[in-house]
Amino acid sequence: MVAISRSTIIDAPIAAVWEILRDFNGHDRWHPAVDRSALEEGRKTDQIGSVRNFVLDGGERIRERLLSLSDKDRRLRYAIVESDVPLMNYVAEVALKPVTDGDRTFWSWTSKFETPEGRERELAQLVAEGVYDAGFEAVRARVERHQPALSAPTPSASGAAAIDGMAMVIERHGGPEELHPVAVSAPPPGPGELRLRHTAIGVNFIDIYSRSGAFDLLQPPGAPGMEAAGVVVDVGPGVRHLRPGQRVAYACPPVGAYASVRTMAAALVVALPDSIDDEMAAGGLLKGMSAEFLLHRVREIRKGETVLVYAPAGGVGRLLCQWATHLGATVIGATSSEEKARLARAAGARHVILPGTTSLEEQVRSLTQGRGADVIYDAVGRDSFAHSVAALAPCGHLVSFGQASGPVGSWDIGTLAASSATISRPNFAHYTDTPEKVAAITERLFDAIERRVITVEIGRRYPLSAAAEAHRALESRQTTASTILIPNENEEGIR
Amino acid sequence: MAQVYTSSVIGAPAERVWAAIRDFNGLPDWHPGIVESRIEGGGPADQVGCVRAFRLQDGGVIRERLLALSDYDYSCSYAILESPMGVENYIATLKLTPVTDGARSFAEWSAAFDCAPEREAELVAMIGKDVFQGGFDSLKSRFGS
Repeated sequence: MVAISRSTIIDAPIAAVWEILRDFNGHDRWHPAVDRSALEEGRKTDQIGSVRNFVLDGGERIRERLLSLSDKDRRLRYAIVESDVPLMNYVAEVALKPVTDGDRTFWSWTSKFETPEGRERELAQLVAEGVYDAGFEAVRARVERHQPALSAPTPSASGAAAIDGMAMVIERHGGPEELHPVAVSAPPPGPGELRLRHTAIGVNFIDIYSRSGAFDLLQPPGAPGMEAAGVVVDVGPGVRHLRPGQRVAYACPPVGAYASVRTMAAALVVALPDSIDDEMAAGGLLKGMSAEFLLHRVREIRKGETVLVYAPAGGVGRLLCQWATHLGATVIGATSSEEKARLARAAGARHVILPGTTSLEEQVRSLTQGRGADVIYDAVGRDSFAHSVAALAPCGHLVSFGQASGPVGSWDIGTLAASSATISRPNFAHYTDTPEKVAAITERLFDAIERRVITVEIGRRYPLSAAAEAHRALESRQTTASTILIPNENEEGIR
Repeated sequence: MAQVYTSSVIGAPAERVWAAIRDFNGLPDWHPGIVESRIEGGGPADQVGCVRAFRLQDGGVIRERLLALSDYDYSCSYAILESPMGVENYIATLKLTPVTDGARSFAEWSAAFDCAPEREAELVAMIGKDVFQGGFDSLKSRFGS
């Protein structure tokens, strides 16, 4: 038996929430997972015993019977009668209680059911997150939008008003579940600042490190997020390179991009050319800027060189393959599966090596007539470092720019003498800490995108409020292209 | 019979808030209206049936019997045995429920009692605002809201 219990606080009076929820057949109007729903046998929506027959977005059909409905307790119970999703003996309860302190609503959604053996976790997650949590957010967006008093802006001293919005923040380091929506307000921009409404927000692995506390980037409470695109609302004194209404993007610390509105330093924000759309910028700026300085500034790639790229199907890796190939290098990708090998070849990798009977360095040498790779881009870290050093050609250069498998640890630099190797450990921040550096990097990056030297692929799009779900997908390595979050207009003004 | 219901949201997980409020003898630690408390007979404060005697800031003394305590439901019920408020058959319940989206707790405090009809409105307002909401405000300032 699986038992699910989810709950939330909706910032609206209980009557407004109950009006939506008591309509047993009305869920296709608000629940994002329900495509269409109809009552069987002409019964009424509040008639005990009526059956709603509905189809999910994925095409699955479910029939559910209303077991009880109480306007006094603001509670209803229902059971699954028949379902394409294997939930057996499923009985659920939706119950509201007033929060007298602030005229809000406590909403709990609970159920018990059985599943086929071995599918308990998967189906429990589907019910808890895909049905209940998603339902909370959908109703929240509906009822909180209908309260104009809540979005009344607060006037400031300068006459400009703060803009209300929402952000996904953590109160403490931890798992994806720590991300939750809060009302925020973006103050008018001060000197050197601008205020923007985000239209798309990029999700990167570094966001997971800042959420978990692995990297010291975010001191809770606060929002993660390093990159986003949007539209300038207004600029503060001294800001000359941007103006209100302009489409812009940024990829830089400090974190805080997981928000619908933001006031921030203007120096590192760049204007977007018409050829780069918002989603492309939000999903590609951080990775693209990384690829730009890795290939052009850390160590300039020259025609005819052999370049080894780890994780060539990943975000930065794919761009490195495309761009290095365009620069005339022979790219070798090192990856883990045939599927990723195909992606690497599609991105321009001439050769792909997979874990096999011989070591990585032996495979690289056999592909290079024994010479090794001139430049190696390695963000794997601990598990790959020794192999990378061993795979370098004479006077080769290893760029260690990440540690996905763990810290590299301490090494005796004497071993580098075997190939007169050099190593760099570049940090994004040092290559992007002035407006001049950012302008130079983005100019070449946008040009490369326009000429389709590199391509930014947007994979999954999530509502900003589903940032936790996006993190789970990224952490479980389900994603191949860039993940982005889309702020919902309806989420603005939550308080 | 008069009814009072006050609810709020406390900005900490239910188990943390519960750890502060489950002590039936611990009101002075978190409720601003109460200055001292003792368990009559010196027994444990989580023994159902025990009686707490506590003193209010204005000097009044109230005696209450613990009727039910549940660490599983984060819930505590008690009855007033003796008080200067002029209430009869007073039974109250303080209960926490976890809010699963975000580390918060939904807190409910309710009571039912009999009193003189002309005093009902005043007592309902006083208990709901000063006693219950006053306690919640203190918990919110300690744990966040």
